[in-house]
Amino acid sequence: MTRKQKRLFSIGGVMMVLAVAAGLVLTALSDSIAFFMSPTDIAEKAPSPSQRVRLGGLVEEGSVERGASQTVRFRITDTVQSVPVTFTGLLPDLFREGQGVVAEGTLSPDHVFVADSVLAKHDENYMPKEVEDDLKARGLWQHTGEPTASAPATPAPHVGAGA
Amino acid sequence: MIVETGHYALILALGIALVQSVLPLWGARTGDTRLMAVGISAALGTFLLIALAFGGLVAAYVTSDFSVLNVFENSHSQQPLIYKFTSAWGNHEGSMLLWVLILGLFGALVALLGHDLPPSLKATVLSVQAWVTVAFLLFILTTSNPFIRLMPPPIEGQDLNPILQDLGLAIHPPLLYLGYVGFSIAFSFAVAALIDGRVDAAWARWVRPWTLAAWVFLTLGIAMGSYWAYYELGWGGWWYWDPVENASFMPWLAGTALLHSALVMEKRAALKIWTILLAILTFSLSLMGTFLVRSGVLTSVHAFATDPTRGVFVLAILVVFIGGSLALFAARAGTLEAGGLFAPISREGALVFNNLFLTTATATVLVGTLYPLLLEVLNGAKISVGAPFFDLTFAPLMVPLLIAVPFGPLLAWKRGDLWAATQRLYVSAGVALAVIIVVLALEGGARVLSAFGFGLAAFLMLGSLTDLFFRAGLPRAGPSVAWLRFIGLPRSAFGTAIAHFGLGMTVLGIVAASAFQTELVTTVKPGDVLRSGGYEIRFEGMSKREGPNYSEEVAHFALSRGGVAAGTLEPTKRAYPARQMPTTESAIHTRLMSQLYLALGDSDSNGGAVVVRVWWKPLVTLIWLGAVVMGFGGMVSLADRRLRVGAPARRKAAKPARTEVGA
Repeated sequence: MTRKQKRLFSIGGVMMVLAVAAGLVLTALSDSIAFFMSPTDIAEKAPSPSQRVRLGGLVEEGSVERGASQTVRFRITDTVQSVPVTFTGLLPDLFREGQGVVAEGTLSPDHVFVADSVLAKHDENYMPKEVEDDLKARGLWQHTGEPTASAPATPAPHVGAGA
Repeated sequence: MIVETGHYALILALGIALVQSVLPLWGARTGDTRLMAVGISAALGTFLLIALAFGGLVAAYVTSDFSVLNVFENSHSQQPLIYKFTSAWGNHEGSMLLWVLILGLFGALVALLGHDLPPSLKATVLSVQAWVTVAFLLFILTTSNPFIRLMPPPIEGQDLNPILQDLGLAIHPPLLYLGYVGFSIAFSFAVAALIDGRVDAAWARWVRPWTLAAWVFLTLGIAMGSYWAYYELGWGGWWYWDPVENASFMPWLAGTALLHSALVMEKRAALKIWTILLAILTFSLSLMGTFLVRSGVLTSVHAFATDPTRGVFVLAILVVFIGGSLALFAARAGTLEAGGLFAPISREGALVFNNLFLTTATATVLVGTLYPLLLEVLNGAKISVGAPFFDLTFAPLMVPLLIAVPFGPLLAWKRGDLWAATQRLYVSAGVALAVIIVVLALEGGARVLSAFGFGLAAFLMLGSLTDLFFRAGLPRAGPSVAWLRFIGLPRSAFGTAIAHFGLGMTVLGIVAASAFQTELVTTVKPGDVLRSGGYEIRFEGMSKREGPNYSEEVAHFALSRGGVAAGTLEPTKRAYPARQMPTTESAIHTRLMSQLYLALGDSDSNGGAVVVRVWWKPLVTLIWLGAVVMGFGGMVSLADRRLRVGAPARRKAAKPARTEVGA
């Protein structure tokens, strides 16, 4: 092989790997990403049963029903619309009525959201960011994330250098 | 007082770092040895002052000084001492302080251990290192000061997030930071080489041990984080492709590539420009990871607090350092001379192949991590990119790379013989094929992919040892001769084989745990018996227990295997009153390398029934053991005579010192 051929060989190989990678990324981006939707978005335009969706909102008060098996039914609401959800499995520790959650799964043809994962917040101050933004956009946001009443109120910070 | 001393020390450290970022570089440019020597004492001074500041914060935590805002927000007087200690970095401000502490540590190590470096290179490296230190010290002092006092001081703190109250917090962040902040040295060397406009094989020999050490820490840090998430979160998963995980994984991938390309540069003086670029990119990815985690653009357990000014500040650091270093690269890369030539089929070629696939894989992870953020900025659409994306993009790129791993060390430098290498791998390939056939025979045709995965893991593990086997002269040489040759092999050969073998272990663990894990979610009442992984698991009932700063409900399970008692498992649900937050503590029983994993769900108040999730995870521990073995391989390689920090230069200094003094 001459030097020129060698170089062509190498560049061709690099290009091929990059092309394959780009192809994979594009296919994966069109097929395997999940869009975030609020219950109102779903009411306005239902996603197809094959589209993965992250449904975010608050767990509607009084909606949680635990069946005989491990299937849990509840409704996710953005206070305007609500969507029934079923989920089989263990719910996260901080899953509670009135709390923000994100359920990931698909909408079945009979408009029940079948979740295969439910995420709640990681700590008591955390509201899933999408849910927070969505509630803010609708003017429904009340900052419920303050530490609970039993925690002492935070006194005003002041810089202690030289004090 | 201690707190103010710490605060003051941090401000002083900034002052010294400012001096360090200018004077040694000036000295290197003008040839003033006294100015260059300033770098050494300044680097040591900066490190000691940051250590003093860090010690001040830790002291405030250990003594539960709630007049410090940071301590009040993240600690509690009833926390066990170890968690009071680790709380110091279980929050944004403290973890950034740990970040610069380690940055300072690496600067000080270069100052101390780099006495064989050419003085001008050393001075320039220390200056560049100081630029990064200055940026992060400014960041801490202006936006994330951990030393802010509270007036009046509260009586009790708000407690550390219970998820973080674990031994993992003592180990994971320091290891991870030692890893990805450690890449700052490679970065500083790269930028220094660009400023000098000179780079040679000796440069690679100085850079490689630093990169290798950082890589070892990062490998262990990521593995530790993965195992921590696995047992702490109670979801039974060990990797979620969470953006924060990706933030540490990208520097690892790029760092692995750097490790291999520096090898080519050291041995063959080729790939110089590429190695410099890779060093810059690796640390840039570390910086980007810091931005992703610390700016609050992501919501995750790692994003302790969100504050827009911090995000903007880190973004500015990111733009200045990445933009600046890449601009410098663009301007100066042309002045570096290209190195040795090699055939496509050669050791160099194999390492280029490794780099090509690793960097492409890094790029796919980068796309998957940043695309949702970009899309949200561009048109407000909110998407999530999760495991399905990475399974489709990252995994296919890894397969050819993993197949190629055993071939690399068997190819000669400059011009290799692929056919001869293949012949040497006959045994490994044969065993791999047998493994595939056995798995298919046992599990049926539906398991083609997992059968292939097992085969790949077997090929990797055996193939990694093949090089040692043939270099010892086997099978031709007699056993005693072979043994002597074997123990006489350079440590770097062992390091390579061990690290590649560890990679094979991790692959085996991943394949086995994903293909053959069984999961069972069910409600149990006292007396019920579950079966999983060959165990009978009898639920004995619930009880209550009080911990130091929590109360917990404990479920008691008795294990037996074929009628023989095999221990008990006690998964619990904890409630931490200070934060009013529940957590799930899983219980794990390890048998050989497999694990039985129990996590509790909701308990039913009437009748003592409880929901329990039972996983049987065959060979799952190999995932992390493999990483530990990889890290061990790295350490063995680091102990190689030729690689020991400073050692190569000493030998080199003996010979060309005369010629180099004048240069």
